[in-house]
Amino acid sequence: MSMGDQLPAIIVLAPMFGAILVGLLGNRDHRICFPIVITSLLVSLCATIAAAQEVFTTGAIDYFVGGWEEPIGIGIHLRIDSLNALILVLISVVVVLVSFFSIRRAGDQHSEKTPQFYILYLLLCVGLLGISITGDAFNLFVLVEVSSLTSYGLVAMGSSKRGTHAALNYLLMGTVGASFYLLGVGYLYLTTGTLNMQDIHTILQTNETIRDSNAVIIAFLFILVGIWIKMAFFPLHGWLPNAYSYCPSTSACILAPLMTKVSVYVMIRVMIGVFGVEWVFVHFGWSHLVVWMAVIAILAGSMLALAQREIKKMLCYLIVAEVGYMVGGAWLSDPNHWGLTGALYHILADAMMTLCLFLAAGVFAKRLGAVEIKDLEGLFKKMPLTSVAFVIAALSMIGVPPTAGFFSKFYLIRGGIEGGHWEYVAALLISSLVNAVLFFRIFEIAFFGSKPAEGHGDHHEDVETPSPETPSPEIVPQEAPWSALFPLLASAAIIILLGLFSGPIAELIRESLETLPSIVVPQAD
Amino acid sequence: MAEFFQTTIHDYFNYWVYVILMMIGLWAVIAKNNLIKKLIGLSIFQTAIILFYVSIGVKDGASIPILHHHDPAAHAVSHEESHHKEGHKGDDSAAHKEPGDDKGDNAEAHAVNPDLIANPLPHVLMLTAIVVGVATLGVALALSQRIFKEFGTLEESELLEQLKGGNVDG
Repeated sequence: MSMGDQLPAIIVLAPMFGAILVGLLGNRDHRICFPIVITSLLVSLCATIAAAQEVFTTGAIDYFVGGWEEPIGIGIHLRIDSLNALILVLISVVVVLVSFFSIRRAGDQHSEKTPQFYILYLLLCVGLLGISITGDAFNLFVLVEVSSLTSYGLVAMGSSKRGTHAALNYLLMGTVGASFYLLGVGYLYLTTGTLNMQDIHTILQTNETIRDSNAVIIAFLFILVGIWIKMAFFPLHGWLPNAYSYCPSTSACILAPLMTKVSVYVMIRVMIGVFGVEWVFVHFGWSHLVVWMAVIAILAGSMLALAQREIKKMLCYLIVAEVGYMVGGAWLSDPNHWGLTGALYHILADAMMTLCLFLAAGVFAKRLGAVEIKDLEGLFKKMPLTSVAFVIAALSMIGVPPTAGFFSKFYLIRGGIEGGHWEYVAALLISSLVNAVLFFRIFEIAFFGSKPAEGHGDHHEDVETPSPETPSPEIVPQEAPWSALFPLLASAAIIILLGLFSGPIAELIRESLETLPSIVVPQAD
Repeated sequence: MAEFFQTTIHDYFNYWVYVILMMIGLWAVIAKNNLIKKLIGLSIFQTAIILFYVSIGVKDGASIPILHHHDPAAHAVSHEESHHKEGHKGDDSAAHKEPGDDKGDNAEAHAVNPDLIANPLPHVLMLTAIVVGVATLGVALALSQRIFKEFGTLEESELLEQLKGGNVDG
């Protein structure tokens, strides 16, 4: 056994041992926490990159913890294939970047709780990486709960009273979601007698009586609703905006890009890897309904974002809209799977965009005390570098080439057209338009001030009631510290790189979809 | 009527109970005003799922999943090996011999009739689920304690009123 064979275990175990070490040593000296955190996350990152390289050159890696290979139930199966290799790399990159952001934050907000914060942080990484790597339906539940429990803690860690309430709400909804998932897995186990995703897939494809049974449909519905709650799909999104906008910035930066995106990956994995596209689109066949739900989610998310005055709240509703993009894309059922390609590519792109935007929002809140959009006056002069990163992420959100957001929308729209879902295409375009309005409004305020081009009357009023914190004539640049700038600029660079290399990345994604049968779903009308 | 009772209620009694408990729990989570009552509902909800899983593993007339070795001396030599086989391939064993039959070679003597042994897997899974449930409840109670310290109430309606009042964090 060489180290190379153990890659899947290292990916998950490195942050876990890191968490244990932080717990053991961190309380004596808080300065030791960060080196442990970054080391364990970098080990994990290297392992994911090495594993991804192996997957794309030689094929999927199957790993059985402890060598229990029999599919009878107790074996813990880790699997890295072309579907999740990129997701794993994404998660490790994001957690490494956010850990840099946490250096200063952890000092401020949880000064006496630094070790506790890092323990939760690392365990969250274990949960997220584990969710993506596992090949077993029940382990997935356990890891979803590991990541959820830690995120409840992370949300509640701030000093905000609203944060505590939001965390409890999140817990109630999240637990109900996870329980639904568990129930669905129970029905699957009842009908197929196994918990291994690949075995379930094989049984559903070969055994027709099981495939056609109602219990499998019920299982799928329970699992789907459970995952939808976890990913904040529109009617079930109630927990997200409060939880992510009233929690500490660092927690928001780690949770917002990853939790929903990983849940979307879980949905796609369940659709492709457990039930199979043929079963989902032909036997279950709710493609049209779900795409319509996604359309409503996109429109509702965009409209609610438009109605917000707080920056973070606005970003939260944008996440709700983006989740709609991905769910819709995954359910387009177009014959060439461009929708699925777009959804998977958008997981990468959206995670980086959300990361960049939330990091920027965290910096604004900290440096400028800016909570509402109107507080961003004069931003471009005060922090030019932060603004550059923010603008790149915003342009990507709108979908301006050559950013990643443009290409994901391109693939999704191509899928929508080939699958004949024009309502989805329209929703995407409207949502892009709304994003443009939202972000250009911010650019305007940040560049020109909050009351642009409204004549002299307004100007006069301004003089009468001068706002206390805007010494507008001589604005001192107050750029963010390097610990915040580095992740910001890195994520902005990755957004552009993802866009420039969208061709090869889409090729890699399509490799995992190659084996899927081409399904032509009859039109509803 | 009696037949209906037999086939739909009596045979699936566990499952009816699980559905009813689950609905009670979900109703409490959604409709109750007091946070602690919500958490009690959440616990009932989770317990209902545990009952469901435990019901999956039950078989009529089956025994606990512990394998007996009737004659330790005779089998001592290859004890390790046969134990290994049974432990992991329980359901696969081709020979369905009664557990009491210890003639013949080792593998046959230890072959297990799966109908006589309850399925341990769902029960083991539920050990994990119970742990998860306890952890969730612990976090939830800690959060409600903090909410009570900060807001001075555990009633959802009063909380929302305070939150609507704005400037809670000030």
